[in-house]
Amino acid sequence: MKKSVFLGVVAATTMVAGVASAQATLETVKARGELICGSNTGLTGFGAPDASGNWVGFDVDLCRAIAAAVFGDPTKVKFVPTTGETRFTALQSGEVDVLIRNSTWTLSRDTELALDFVAVNYYDGQGFMVKSDLGVSSAKELDGATVCIQTGTTTELNLADFFKQNNISYQPVTVADDSEAQRQYLAGACDAYTTDASGLAASRATMPDAANHVILPEIISKEPLGPVVRHGDSNWGDIVRWTYFALLIAEEKGITKANVEEVATSTADEEVKRLLGLSGDMGAKIGLDNAAFKNAIASVGNYGEIFAANIGEGTAINLARGLNALWTQGGLQYAPPFR
Amino acid sequence: MAVASDVPKDSFRLSMLIYDTRYRSITIQVFVLILFALFVAWLLNNTAENLATRGKEFNFGFLWQRAGYDIGQQLIPYTNDSNHFRALLVGLVNTLVVAIIGCVLATVIGVVVGVLRLSNNWLIGRLMTVYVEMFRNVPLLLWILLSYVILSETTPQPRDFRITDEMAAAGEAPAASMILWDTVAVTNRGTNIPSPLFDRGLGSLDLGFLSVNLTALAYILVIGGSIWVNSRIIAAARARQEATGDRPVTWWKTLAVLFGPVIALSVGLGLHMEVPALTGFNFQGGILVAHSFTALVIALALYTAAFIAEIVRAGILAISRGQSEAAFALGLRPGRTMNLIILPQALRVIIPPLISQYLNLTKNTSLGIAVSYLDLRGTLGGITLNQTGRELECMLLMMLIYLTISLIISAVMNFYNSSVQIKAR
Repeated sequence: MKKSVFLGVVAATTMVAGVASAQATLETVKARGELICGSNTGLTGFGAPDASGNWVGFDVDLCRAIAAAVFGDPTKVKFVPTTGETRFTALQSGEVDVLIRNSTWTLSRDTELALDFVAVNYYDGQGFMVKSDLGVSSAKELDGATVCIQTGTTTELNLADFFKQNNISYQPVTVADDSEAQRQYLAGACDAYTTDASGLAASRATMPDAANHVILPEIISKEPLGPVVRHGDSNWGDIVRWTYFALLIAEEKGITKANVEEVATSTADEEVKRLLGLSGDMGAKIGLDNAAFKNAIASVGNYGEIFAANIGEGTAINLARGLNALWTQGGLQYAPPFR
Repeated sequence: MAVASDVPKDSFRLSMLIYDTRYRSITIQVFVLILFALFVAWLLNNTAENLATRGKEFNFGFLWQRAGYDIGQQLIPYTNDSNHFRALLVGLVNTLVVAIIGCVLATVIGVVVGVLRLSNNWLIGRLMTVYVEMFRNVPLLLWILLSYVILSETTPQPRDFRITDEMAAAGEAPAASMILWDTVAVTNRGTNIPSPLFDRGLGSLDLGFLSVNLTALAYILVIGGSIWVNSRIIAAARARQEATGDRPVTWWKTLAVLFGPVIALSVGLGLHMEVPALTGFNFQGGILVAHSFTALVIALALYTAAFIAEIVRAGILAISRGQSEAAFALGLRPGRTMNLIILPQALRVIIPPLISQYLNLTKNTSLGIAVSYLDLRGTLGGITLNQTGRELECMLLMMLIYLTISLIISAVMNFYNSSVQIKAR
């Protein structure tokens, strides 16, 4: 009899485990009362805790926008720092609900890793940073150099390809995270540091002698960085994707954090009405409040505002919009119609 | 007797499985075994189900895909076009090199420190105590990081070795210079040492999956042969001594046999040293021993040596004082007493715990990732795992490999242990 009881327990446990994993992410998040967002271990401008311990940054604001869309409150989000190595496992195992951490969209990550990249919030490319007194003006002059590189990234593979294509050699120093890479680079243990150009700019902004470091002109790869969710929960993917698109449309329509309430009362634009939940029940279609996207915009501002506040020109990181300008201004950021 | 014959033989009831002491232990064992089997089955089932939920399959095919990344330290040929299995092998070799050098160093340091700690010299004894307590009581990872940071922060950059035209004109010396007659350069990236080059090398023999360097093979054969011949010479000398009481002089024969053939081979193959020279960003030529490797070996050896020292000390203290008193009474000097009387006996006590120290050291090499040393954990369990997303396969494979290495070390050491134990005659 004991045995049958045990078997029953085993069967029940397995069933519960099965049910839990199949349960919709949105339900899990709502039941928990907060969103868990996989973030960087600390990349200034993109995702890092500030002096008082609050997470701030470009990627962090997107997490807050999603929390605002789900709960109407941008503070109901917990940030879990992940390294290049641990990030996808953290997402797959359900430790985080969404990963917004400068992660490059590739085919094998979409398929083999069983993840879904739902949008591209930053179009980037891999670059090199060297000390200006090294006298190097092009990455092709780096023959024989020692290069610091973060492990678990696409940049590792691009680096090998770039040096092979140009028929030059290098000595890789594989480091675990950005801060260790910076330490080694600043100590002169490597001649060059390579990662996404935005990451280089962010790193340089935190260096005491930022003016002594140059980012070389070559961009050796395409690095579309964006939010990632698990395969198999399309509704949750839609929520993340359309929250992001809502921020883009807000910029396109000139809706800002400051004027969102005013626009909501005065607008005659049908798409803006749908976006702000005044008509069309768009939020309900995705399993959220109709005011979800309005809340997201009201809490963090539109895409342009997020960009300008965290990494744009005038901040320490000082990145131009470039590819990340709206399509109406010659960039690649384009949201499908909100209807 | 009457009571015993009263026990009914043919009436086995199910309740006896619990109440009869003859069966109870078996019942409990069977029950626990079933529980254990169920637990394992549940684990396997859970794994399979979760893999299925995430749309992943269990498959080692990724090992034959192109790796695409580069590895800093390669002791066997590898390029980013090689497959993940090759990367695994490179990592494995890197692990084994650290483990072997670490074990040898740790043993040497450990034995010396262990003996010195028992020294009658107060200063030496206390110094060794301080060393042992310091290394034993601070986590290994910190020692690895410390030695790495010291090596990389206190040494000059490669460019400090450069002499520019202006400096040459002004007669200034560069900020840093090579040591040991300009053959070794210590930079903040590593130590550049000269490498042997052969004008008339023997090439290598390709066996398909691996290629054998014939030059290295020739050296191994010649040195092995020399050692064997030398052991015969010494055996002959000992036989002569036992027969006649007169020990023939052998040192010149030993020298000739040990060094003659190797020197002849080197001259024959045209051996010369390639000295590293600063070109471009780094020293080129010679062999680069990266600081990650040096730091890992130093930290592992010093840390494990502290434990080995305690094991050696315990082993020596386990030998009765009467043994050394008897040796002194026979007129043996303290050094010979230690080497001939105490240590051979202490070895029997020392070896079993020593095995576990070797195993610890080997497994601790996986901490190398902290200083960017790409061992098995860094290649298979790090980059390969990340690029392919095969966590389960990579982790299982890595565990299997570490298990195999550990079992081999255990087997070898147990064999050695049984050979030094007291033989029952």
